[in-house]
This record gives sequence, structure tokens and C-alpha cells, in this order.
Amino acid sequence: MAVDNPSHDGAAVGTQNQESYLTHGKGILSWLFTLDHKRIGVMYLVAITSSFFLGGVFALLVRTELLTSGPTIMTADSYNKMFTLHGAVMIFLFIIPGIPAAIGNFVLPLMLGAKDVALPRLNLTSFWFWMVGAVFAVVSIIVGAVDTGWTFYTPYSTTTGTAVISMTLGVFILGFSSIFTGLNFIVTIHKMRPEGMTWFKMPLFLWGLYSTAIIQVLATPILGITLLLLVAERALGVGIFDPTLGGDPVLFQHFFWFYSHPAVYIMILPAMGIISELVSVFSGKHIFGYRFIAWSSIAIAMFSFLVWGHHMFTSGQSGITNMIFSALTFSVAIPSAVKVFNWLATMYKGSIRLATPMLYVLSFLFLFAIGGLTGLFLGALSTDIHLHDTYFVVAHFHYVMFGGTVIAFLGGLHYWWPKMFGKMYSERWGQISALLVFVGFNLTFFTQFVMGSHGMPRRYYNYVEEFTTLHQASTIGSYVLALGFFIMAGYLIHSLFRGKPAPDNPWGSATLEWETSSPPPYYNFDRDFNAGDPYDLKSLQYDPATQGWVRKDPQSIVLAEGGAH
Amino acid sequence: MISTGLQHLLAVITAALPDDDGSSFWMPPQVSTVAQGVDWLFNFILAISVLFFLLIVVAMVIFVIRYRYREGQQAEDSPSHNLALELTWTAIPMILVVVIFIFGFKGYLDMSTPPSNAYEILVEGQKWSWSFTYPNGYIDSDLHVPVDRPIRLVMGSQDVIHSLYVPAFRIKMDVVPGRYSKAWFEATRPGEYDLFCAEYCGTSHSGMVAHVIVHPVGEFETWLEKASNFLETMTPVDAGRKLFQVRGCQQCHSVDGSAKTGPTLLGIFGKQETFADGTTITVDENYIRESILEPQAKVVTGFEPVMPTYQGRLSDPEIMAIIEYFKSLDGTSSEE
Repeated sequence: MAVDNPSHDGAAVGTQNQESYLTHGKGILSWLFTLDHKRIGVMYLVAITSSFFLGGVFALLVRTELLTSGPTIMTADSYNKMFTLHGAVMIFLFIIPGIPAAIGNFVLPLMLGAKDVALPRLNLTSFWFWMVGAVFAVVSIIVGAVDTGWTFYTPYSTTTGTAVISMTLGVFILGFSSIFTGLNFIVTIHKMRPEGMTWFKMPLFLWGLYSTAIIQVLATPILGITLLLLVAERALGVGIFDPTLGGDPVLFQHFFWFYSHPAVYIMILPAMGIISELVSVFSGKHIFGYRFIAWSSIAIAMFSFLVWGHHMFTSGQSGITNMIFSALTFSVAIPSAVKVFNWLATMYKGSIRLATPMLYVLSFLFLFAIGGLTGLFLGALSTDIHLHDTYFVVAHFHYVMFGGTVIAFLGGLHYWWPKMFGKMYSERWGQISALLVFVGFNLTFFTQFVMGSHGMPRRYYNYVEEFTTLHQASTIGSYVLALGFFIMAGYLIHSLFRGKPAPDNPWGSATLEWETSSPPPYYNFDRDFNAGDPYDLKSLQYDPATQGWVRKDPQSIVLAEGGAH
Repeated sequence: MISTGLQHLLAVITAALPDDDGSSFWMPPQVSTVAQGVDWLFNFILAISVLFFLLIVVAMVIFVIRYRYREGQQAEDSPSHNLALELTWTAIPMILVVVIFIFGFKGYLDMSTPPSNAYEILVEGQKWSWSFTYPNGYIDSDLHVPVDRPIRLVMGSQDVIHSLYVPAFRIKMDVVPGRYSKAWFEATRPGEYDLFCAEYCGTSHSGMVAHVIVHPVGEFETWLEKASNFLETMTPVDAGRKLFQVRGCQQCHSVDGSAKTGPTLLGIFGKQETFADGTTITVDENYIRESILEPQAKVVTGFEPVMPTYQGRLSDPEIMAIIEYFKSLDGTSSEE
């Protein structure tokens, strides 16, 4: 392909034979001890998608058990372990590290036109901490699992006979992994932006990662301390949360949500960043309202610390506390709404291409709208009293976490896949699978809103007759969803071996990661950049020879040729 | 509250049109004084949500169709920001959420402030049953209440956190060990309604279901009097069976031979039981009595020492009745 197209003066062109980061260094050790952010990103990608698969299997077992009221395929104790493991694996092993550590690690330095993150060794340490934390989690699954729910509420968690200590230690270690990634990203974004990339010329994905990193660094230590206190109580009998030892069980909920509510934004903010990139590129148009989107990320990160009490409206905390937390909770709704409107406005008068990543953007807007709006029911006090701890809440957070974060993750994965591996996947299968995921998801979770508002409590092994039809529809939906994911795994893996070679810039994006070959060389770039507007899509044109996009004036963003490599 | 016409319109738009009992596509029947207010706010938020959702999705679909990519054609020129527009769509949601917050808080005040003349019932949650103690000391496993009278619940837990939830009343309150929590309601229609545990509490969390029986005017007092005298009015076997059912025993002990959290009680009397240390005993009155009052003293092998003590919670006549009931479980009666 582009080998015979030397006309791109200086621009690294996707050449198959050229050495890339994938071929730079051979053998498993060259991966495990690499300091290359791209390889660490890919290892994270493998690790978190494996976790997603594991968590998904638990989810399917839970849904299958709920096909009938009463025992279907397992006992009540097994069911309790299954939903706990589903939650714990999905939250701590998949969705928290998901976008930042896998996609972020790969993309962030490239977007900055940099050769790596600021602290490559810390980056590798983060990955290894993740691995150790995951080993603890898997060991605890093997030695008897955990049946506390992913929230580890006391005093149940301090009295149950399951492997709570090893699981919480695993989560504790995973927390450090998350802190390291956050710290690294903050330093990298502060210190390594190229010439011309002022704060408000940064791609919005970086704003998403930056605000996420702030929360990771500030909130995660609270979780660590809380879990250590929990372990201290279980192992040493120190009375902190258990009332029989003079502790206060509700204190645990405060501590836990003081981390875990901001953690929800650790999950969604990078997803919003991805959507901001994708919606602009596939609308062929500058992002609308850049500053509002950027500031709204920071606003969400700040507000996220002030709303944890809305998880506890029925816990017995005082009415005044409830009132304050309800009011503060609504403040988070505003920046989220602003983003949605700005994304829509970006599509207005665009030139919209319905490639697979864009299908995920549309899917995201649809699902995140529902997820966000149903949050209003839960933020309002009187309705939350009824809906709290029902399937309504389960549906709400799946619409936000899955319909939001996972869908955006998939959009990002399909968007950056050609850059990561230098291969194009089957567009048609991509579309089919995106559709199956969308349909399956809605069938699985919309039914749960209706069950929940009718009073179906969550974490129930049995249920009363009236919910049978809705539960069965939900389970069927989960199978459709699983089918969508199997197809996706199939064509993505197939593309690695048989996919068409990817051009440098297959989508027509103006951010810097597309200014190198696909996949990038070990050193990322052979130039230093003078970055321009990351959303100036009109500076690009389609080049039929490479089937990719090239800059009309390649020199416009180059500061110096031949960077130090 | 807004006028019924507008309310009706909202309800039709949102498929939330209530039936006669107040139930709708979204909500269970309304059986308490606060239910209507909660549902009104639910429908109000639903109407706002449907409106915004349609706005977003319709705009999205129109844009995708209208501005679909065409070969060789670039996006039209259009501004990349518009301060007035962006401030507008920041301000409108801000106003709406303030309104929602205020309605939610007002409704919550009603829900959390019991009238001073409320009838008080003590509630105790334990893994995995509820018990309700009436002012005369009678304990039942279901919540019986008179219609049209405010009821105040004072709730405590024996072990872990539970949560009392009656969907038809729209009330929910956590039941926390080491402190008392309170809830109140006034039922508006006689009938039988589900009462769930809403806070995850282990193995039989989903079995921790009781019923609320709302008695018609005048019938509650008669029921309470009759129910309270069950030791006198019933045979010991029947009284024992009732105690077995209402005091939480059946959550863990079956009477049909199947093992649950605890051993089955089918054929228990006179049976040889083996303990973890290898010793055995023939079950008699004294062993049953000891197992009720000091459950950890002799634990049958294969089971965990998890049973709570009933010391001070069952009287001697009650324990006698329970023993008589166990004796009747010899496989000859048509129990279960």
C-alpha cells in the first residue's frame, strides 16, 4: 500500500514492514517488563477485557438463575456470590481501570505528540499492582468467594464466613494501581504538552482523563483506608463498624461512598472524553462548545466529592443531611446535561459518517440520556425512598455504567483499534454487533426499571410471581447482549490476523495520535509538534491512495523534524 | 399539586395513567397517605425525562438523516460555540432540578414526620425474618394494622442491617443493629401487601418477606385480642406451630426433611443427633429446650453455629408448646 507512495513528505506512513512497537522487542519478557506506554496499554487492554469476560460470565449466571423464581441453576448462597463477584470484578478490575489504563495509556502520550508518559516506571508498577490485586481477587474467588455485594457493607461483611479479607486486600492493591495511573497522567498532562497545546487546545479526551486522574488521586486513598479498617476489624476485632464491638455500621457506608461515589465519575468522565472526540470526528466538524465541555468535566470531578450521602437516604442519617445531599446531587446533573447538548450541537450541520465508532456514540447518547434522567428520580428524596435498593437503581447504574462507560469504551476501542494494531476490522460485523449490544442492553435493563418501580428489591434470589415475565425478558436480553460481544470478540481477533492494513489516519481526525504510522513505532514520532486546534478537521483531506486522511499542509503542525529517538 | 387536567395529561404522555387502586404501568397500588404524592413527583420527573429524552433522540435522528455524509461533501460551516445558547441549556436544567429537589424534599418531610397520635409497633429484623411486637406484648411475623390510622414503627436489628420496605406504602427504612430507626405510614385501604427486606443480608435475604395486613375499621382490635390469646385458645401443637412460623424458626429449619441453614425438624424427637466433637445424644425435651435457649451449646455436625439465642424471647409455656409441636412432627401427620 503506502510503501509506493512517498509523496507524504516526512509524514510517517503506515507501512507494514516498518518496525512498530509491536515488533520492537520479542518474547513475553519484552512485554512484561516494557516501559513503553503502548505495550502497557495493550497489556491492560488484554487484562481488563479478560476481567470483563469473567464478570460477564458471572452476570449471565445471575440472569440465568433469575429465569424462574426459586432455584433454577444454583443455591441462594451461590447466587449471592455470583452477584457479588459480578459487581466486584466489573467495578474494580474492569471499569475503573478500563478506559484510563487501557485506552488512556495508549492514547494519552500520542495525543500529546510525546514519546511516553512522564513516569514510565510508575506506569509499569501500576500494571503490576493491578496484576497482584487481580491475583488476590481471583484467589478469593477460588477459596470460597465473597457474598457481601461489591459494597462490603458492615456488619454483614465483618461477620460472613466468606473470603472477605483477601478480596478487600485485592481491592486495596488495585486502588494503588489506580492512584499511580492517575498521578502519572496528571504529571504527563502538566509537563509534556507540545508547543502550542495550551490547556484549552487539549483534546477533550485529555480533559476527561485529567479530571479522572484528580479523583483517582484524591479519593482512592479513602477506599484504601476504609478497607484496611474493615480488615482490622475482621482480623483483629478492633471495633470500628461492628456495633457489638462498639462500632457504627453506617460509618462504613459514609467512608465507602466517599470514595465510591467519586469513583462513579472515574468511570464516566473518560467515557465522556471519548465521546467528545468521536462525535466531532464522525460529524466531520469542530466540537461545539469546547470550553463548556472541558469545564463541565472539572465541575463533575469537583461536585462528585460532595454527593456521597445520596446512597444513604434510607440509612437513618438525619433529615437535614438528606436534604443537603439531595440538593448537592442535582448539581451534578447540570454539567452532564451541558455535555449532551454540546455533543448534539456538534452533529448539527455536520457530515455524519455512521462507522462503527459513531454507532457507539449514538448508542451512548440514547442510553446515557436514559441513565442520566433516571438519576433525577433517585436524587429527589421522596421518590428515592421508594426506589432505593430496588431494580430501578440497578437499571439506572447499568444505563450509566454500561450504556455510558462500556459503550464509550467500545466506541473508543473501535476508533483506536486501527492505531493500536494497524489493522481494520470488518465494518459490517462491527455494525451488526453494535446493534445487538444496543438491543440486548435495552431488553436486559429497561425491564429492570419497571420491576424496580413496582418494588422488586435488588440482590434477590427469589422473587414474587408478578415479576416473572419481566425477569425472563431481562434474561433473554442478557443473552442477546452476550451474542453481540461474542461476535465482537470474533471479528476483532480475526482482524488481527486477516484485517486490512490500517492507514495512518483512517477516520479523518486532527489529533496528534494520527500523525504517526498505524501501529506507531516504538518511539511514537520522528517529529516535534507545534500543535494546532485538535478539532480543525478541515485541515485534512481524504487520500484515495492510502484510503486514509492526510493533512493539506503537513508542515503546519511540525515544530522540528527528526525527534530524538 | 397541579390541576387534575394537567396531571392527567402528564400521565397519558408518560403511560403512567393510574388504575382505580392507584397502580400504573410504573407503580404498584397506592395504599398509604403519602403514596399519591410520591407518584405525583415520579410522574412529574417522568414527564420531564420523556420530554428531554425525546428532544435528544429526535434531534439525534434528524441530524443523522439530514446531515448524513455524502461523497465529497464536507460539513457546512457553523459556529463552534455560542455562549447564549450554551448558557440557556445550562440554565434550563438548573431551574428544573431545583424544582424537582423542592418537591422531593417537601414529600420527604411528609414521609418522615409521624403524627403525634400514631399507634406504635416495635419491629425487629433478624436473619431472615421479621417480628412485630404490639403494645400488649403480642408478637407476630406479619404486620397487622388498622386502616386509616397512623402507625409508627420503631425498628431494631438482631444482627446485620436490614431494610423494611412496603412498595404499596412507598416507605423504606433501614433497620440497623445498635440503634433504633423509625418509620411511619397510614394505610388507606384494607388488604394484604408485600413487605420486603431491601438491604442485602445474606443467604435468605430474598426470603425475608412478610405481609402487611390492613384490617378494615373496627376489626384490628378484635384480631389483636384473638391472636394474643393463642396459647389459651389453641392446642399446644397448634400454638407451637404458630410460634414456629412467626418467631423466625422456619427460615432455617424445615419440617419436611430437607436441610436448610439448620437441621430439619421432621422426626426430630427421639432422633440420634451427632455433634462436631463426635458425641451423640437422643433428642428429648431438655435438648430441645437447651438448643432454643443456648443454641451454640451443642451444634449438630455439618451445620454452622449461627442460630441466635431465644433466651428471654420465648416464655416457658411457649417453649412447651414448641416442644409439643416438634413431637408431632413424627412423619405420621400430614404436615407440609
